[in-house]
Amino acid sequence: MAKKKAGKPNVQSGVTWRNAFKRDWQLYMLLLFPLAMVIIFNYAAYPGLRLVFMDYKPAKGFEGSKWVGMETFAKIFRDADFFRALKNSIVFNLLDLLVGFPMPIILALILNELRYPKFKKVTQTILYLPHFLSWVIVGAVAYSMFRPTTGLVNIALMNAGMIQEGIPFLTEKWHWAVTYLLVGVWQGMGWGTIIYLAAITGISGELYEAAMIDGANRWKRMWHITLPGIKGTVVTLLIMNLGRVMGSNLERLREFGNSQVRDFQYQLAIYIYDKGLGGGKFSMSTAVNLFQSAVGVVLVLLADRVAKKLGEDGLL
Amino acid sequence: MAKKKEEVIRGAEVSNEGNRAINKFRVSDFVMMALIVLLCLTCILPFLHLAAKSISGNTYVVAKQVAFWPKGINFDAYVSIFKDGGLTYAMVYSIVVTTIFTALGMLVCTCAAYPLSKKRLKGRTFFTFALMIPMYFGAGLIPSYLLMDKLNLLDNMWVLILPLIYSPYNMLIMKTSLQTSIPDSLEESAFLDGASNLQILTKIVLPLSKPVIATLSLFYAVGRWNSYADNIYYIQTDKLKMAQYKLAQMVSSANAAQTVSLSEGAAVTSTPEVLQSAAVMVVTIPIICIYPFLQKYFVKGVMIGAVKG
Repeated sequence: MAKKKAGKPNVQSGVTWRNAFKRDWQLYMLLLFPLAMVIIFNYAAYPGLRLVFMDYKPAKGFEGSKWVGMETFAKIFRDADFFRALKNSIVFNLLDLLVGFPMPIILALILNELRYPKFKKVTQTILYLPHFLSWVIVGAVAYSMFRPTTGLVNIALMNAGMIQEGIPFLTEKWHWAVTYLLVGVWQGMGWGTIIYLAAITGISGELYEAAMIDGANRWKRMWHITLPGIKGTVVTLLIMNLGRVMGSNLERLREFGNSQVRDFQYQLAIYIYDKGLGGGKFSMSTAVNLFQSAVGVVLVLLADRVAKKLGEDGLL
Repeated sequence: MAKKKEEVIRGAEVSNEGNRAINKFRVSDFVMMALIVLLCLTCILPFLHLAAKSISGNTYVVAKQVAFWPKGINFDAYVSIFKDGGLTYAMVYSIVVTTIFTALGMLVCTCAAYPLSKKRLKGRTFFTFALMIPMYFGAGLIPSYLLMDKLNLLDNMWVLILPLIYSPYNMLIMKTSLQTSIPDSLEESAFLDGASNLQILTKIVLPLSKPVIATLSLFYAVGRWNSYADNIYYIQTDKLKMAQYKLAQMVSSANAAQTVSLSEGAAVTSTPEVLQSAAVMVVTIPIICIYPFLQKYFVKGVMIGAVKG
C-alpha cells in the first residue's frame, strides 16, 4: 500500500502486443471463455439472417431454399396481421412507457423523503418482490384477483354493494388493456427505484443544507435539487427504454392472454412466434423480427443523438 | 475514486439526519407513508389470498368465502401435487438447471468483467465492443433456433443453460463494480509483490466483491428460474421442461376449461382453483426462501454497478 503509484504499469498506448500479452496473458486466457460463448451462441446466429432474402422451407434447409430478394418484405407489408401486431405493439409499449416510466421516479422521490430508516427498508424490500416473480405467477395472481365472478376484487366490490355484476377486468379488451398496463407498472415500479435511489445518494448533501437555509421547503428541494440531480440517470434510462418500444414480452402476453382479448394481445412477439415456430413461415417471422430489432437499434441511436444535442451525457 | 464517493454518500446521510431533526412530522409525511403502505399491501395481499386459498376447503373457496384467512384448513392440494410427481420432478430438475446455470454464468461473467475492468489491457475497447453487441442486436428467434438445431442442442437440457450464461448486462454491472469498488493501489501493490493476475483475482478481487457476486447470482438464478419461453422454443420432451412451463400449462388449462391436468395417480380431490393456488405457491416458495438472504447484498451490489453503468 505504501508504494502507491511507484510502479504503475504503462497504460495501453505504446505497449506492443507481444509485451501486453506477456504481461497479461492470463487475462486474455480468461477472455477466451466469454468470447467463445458469444461467438458460438450469438455471432454464429447472424448468418442465419440471410433467410429473410429466401423463401425458406424448414424441410429443404438453406441449400434447398430459393433466393427471393426483397419478396419477403413485400409479403409482410401486404400482411394485415403484421400491421395489427405492429399497431398493438407500438400503442401498448408507448403506453407502458408513458405510465410505467415516471412511476419509479415518483416512488424513488417518495422513498427518499421517508423518515424512518426501518420503515423505509422493510417497505423497499416488499416493493422489490414482484420483480422477482415470473409472469406465470404474476398472471395467475392477476387472474385470481380479477376474474369476473370468482376474482377477489370483484367479490369484494360486489359484497360492498358497489357493483351488481363482476367487472370483466381481463375478459373485455378495453378493461384488459388497463389491467395489463397497470399490472406491468406494479411489477416493475419497486425495482425501478433502485437505480434512481442510487443516483440520489450521489447528490451532495450541502446542496440540501444550503437550500434549507434559504428557506426552500420539501417540494422545492425535490423539484430544484433532487430532480435535476437525477436528470442524467433519467435520460439514460429513457433512451434504453426507447429501444424496447417495438418488442414485447412473449411470456407476459401469453399469461395475460385469452380468446376474448386477442384483438389487443396480438403483438409482434406473438406474431413472430406464431408465424415462425408455430406456423412454419420462417422467412416472414425472421423478417419481422429483424425489422423489430433494427427499429429498436435506430431508436436508441436517435434518442442518444438527441440527448447529446440537449447537453446530456447520452448512453453510448 | 471509490473512497471519495463513499465520503460523499456518508456526508449525504449525515445531513439527512440533520434535516430530520429540524423538520417536524407533517401531513405530507403521513400521506407519503400511507401511500407506500398501500403499495406494499398490493404486493402482499394477493399472495396471502393465494396462500389462504391453497390450504382452504373446497366448499369455502367455491362459496367465495376465503379472502386472506384460510377456512377449513387442509393440505390436500399440496398432497396431490406431490403425489402427481410431474411438478415435483420439474422442480428438482429446475433447481439443478438453475444451479448449473448460475455457477457457469458467474464464471463466464467474471472471466469477462475482470480483464475488461483493467484500463491497461491492450485491445480493451475492441473486446468490450465485441462482447456488448449482442445486447443491442440479437439475431432473433428463427436464426437462433436453426443454430441450436445445427449445434445439436434441441431438446437437450444444455440448451436451457449454455446460450444464456453470458449476459452483457450482468457483465457491465460487474465490470463497473470492479472498477469503482476495488482501489487500484491494492492490486498494484500485490502486483509488485509478484502476484500474478489470476492470484490477484482469486485472492484479492473476488473476496472483496461479495455484494456484486451475490447480486448477480440472484439475477442469474431468478432469471433462469422464472423464464420459460425457451422451453417452448427448444424443448419437446416433457421431462426436460422446467417448473415454470409446467405451471404455465396448469394455469392456462385451469383458466380455459376449469380443470387442472394431473395424472391419474394423483387422486385429485381439490377444485382447480385450490390446486392452481397451491401450484403457484410451490413454485414461488423457492424464490421467497432465497430472497431475504440475498436481499441485503443486492441493493448494495446494484447501486455500485448502477451509478455509472
